[in-house]
Amino acid sequence: MEVILACCVGILFASATYMMLRRSIVKLVMGLIILSNAANLVIFTAAGIVHGKPPLIDKVTKTVVAGVADPLPQALVLTAIVIAFGVLAFSVVLIRRAYEEVGNDDIGQMKDTDT
Amino acid sequence: MSNILFLPIFISLLAGALTLSFWRSIRWQKRITLVAATAYFIVAVVLLREVMQEGYIVLQMGNWAAPFGITLVADVLSATMILLTGIVGFAAALYSMASVPNEHIRFGYFSLLQLLLAGVSGAFLTGDIFNLFVWFEVMLLASFGLLTLGGERNQMEGAIKYVTINLFSSAIFLSAIGLLYGTAGTLNIADLSVKLAGVEEQGLVNVLALMFMVSFGIKAGAFPLFFWLPASYHTPLVAVSAVFAGLLTKVGVYALYRFFSVIFIGDIQYTHTIILWVGILTMLTGVLGAAAQFEFRRILSFHIISQIGYMLIAFAIFTPLAIIGGVFYIAHHIIVKTNLFLISGLTYQLSGTHELKAMGGFYRQRPWLALVFLIPALSLAGLPPLSGFFAKYIVIKAGVEAGSWWAVGFGLLVGLLTLFSMIKIWAEVFWKRPPETDSPIDLSGKLSPWMLAPVILLSVITVGIGLFGEPLYQLAKVAASQLLNPQGYIDAVLGGAR
Repeated sequence: MEVILACCVGILFASATYMMLRRSIVKLVMGLIILSNAANLVIFTAAGIVHGKPPLIDKVTKTVVAGVADPLPQALVLTAIVIAFGVLAFSVVLIRRAYEEVGNDDIGQMKDTDT
Repeated sequence: MSNILFLPIFISLLAGALTLSFWRSIRWQKRITLVAATAYFIVAVVLLREVMQEGYIVLQMGNWAAPFGITLVADVLSATMILLTGIVGFAAALYSMASVPNEHIRFGYFSLLQLLLAGVSGAFLTGDIFNLFVWFEVMLLASFGLLTLGGERNQMEGAIKYVTINLFSSAIFLSAIGLLYGTAGTLNIADLSVKLAGVEEQGLVNVLALMFMVSFGIKAGAFPLFFWLPASYHTPLVAVSAVFAGLLTKVGVYALYRFFSVIFIGDIQYTHTIILWVGILTMLTGVLGAAAQFEFRRILSFHIISQIGYMLIAFAIFTPLAIIGGVFYIAHHIIVKTNLFLISGLTYQLSGTHELKAMGGFYRQRPWLALVFLIPALSLAGLPPLSGFFAKYIVIKAGVEAGSWWAVGFGLLVGLLTLFSMIKIWAEVFWKRPPETDSPIDLSGKLSPWMLAPVILLSVITVGIGLFGEPLYQLAKVAASQLLNPQGYIDAVLGGAR
């Protein structure tokens, strides 16, 4: 399972980079979306995947069974998803405004502030 | 007393919320901002005094013992950074009173400014790497808002690059956090330091160290990924540029200082050699970029980059004296750079342009303004008796003692080129005759005292550090000794858990 997820992470990072290198700002934002998902998947995978052992405390013994899934990475991923959602919402508005101002979605045309 | 740690973040967040609730009243938003900036400054001073007495102040949020809960920690470096944030925030608040147009305030300028300060303070105080990521994002999102407020074309163009590269850096940071958690099983900085020493595969730890280095390097504006900085920092309002220039890149530098003195200390030879060369190249490309520019704020933006280089080489040399130099340099740089940006706003206010070619004659008509510019400009170049001289002197001396001649040589060369660049601004803006045009620029306009006060305040601090540098030196000395002995930090944070 880890191998499949690791491959997924690789593919996501590769496609995100490819999209970000395109000239269209719409594709740029798509790249950013994929990138944030790739990062989330890294956290999920790197922390280790446990099959079918939820981290629940037993009612009687008051202890957890050995080898349960680690809930923390999922909390991290959840936080990261929320943050990424806010940031991406901003960038979608940003590219819209940029498109209105520049009248073009080609990032090659946005060189006025470069040096 | 450890509850004071929570105040810098709380004050900024509360002020951000309050200014939002006074959405319609510009007057009340300004009042709240002034009160919050003053309160923040006072808290920062008290915090620094406490930390100097106690060494470390630790606050376990919700009383969850480290490493399980989120820890807030202040050592001398954090407390110094908080105080500098307070100074910059105060200066920016004063400057904003008269310089920010009402339309910007109606779109939440003051709220965003306060949230930015909250993000910055959180990043300086947290002792947990995921929490650091969250504060980075708070800071970034507020900075996105401030950068694009106004919605002009060049702001949009600058913002696209700024947003993209910063999100890219955040993604690297987040992935590195995930992998680090997978390796060490903890997120607490002090706990990581302990656990990483026991990890068998030090090669993997080095890879993670480099991922963090790339991410913080992007945020700090280090070579080679600094192009977003000069492309965006000259586009927003002057008060915004000044806060960005003073604080944002320094958060990246602070994170580097923290991570590579507490967490990744297993292979210093390897990581710090990379930081050294990144620092040298950053210094050199920044100053050469500035030499080619003829726009006031773009020159200053490139100088941020070259100054970051000094902080990096100071850290890379990693002797006690070098770290003292690095901390001293950060403090000096934040004050001077904020001031220079604010001054660029004053000249813009009078002449209506940021282009050096179109300005001139300020010395004749505004001699006091010229003097106020000269103080931070010469300080940036490192002329005695101003703060920059001592900052550079300590770094260079540490380089000589440690025998890193490349750093010393390039440091001196870049200092010279910085002087060249500052003299260029001086000659073009202040010294030369105004260009002959059909409508000569009138420089006799009135400057608001709200805008002059912070500039004078920061200039006085610059001269003060230069003439009475000993207290700051002692402060930097304590900060450096704490950074070089992470055991104190670890004991302070994990003390309760053992």
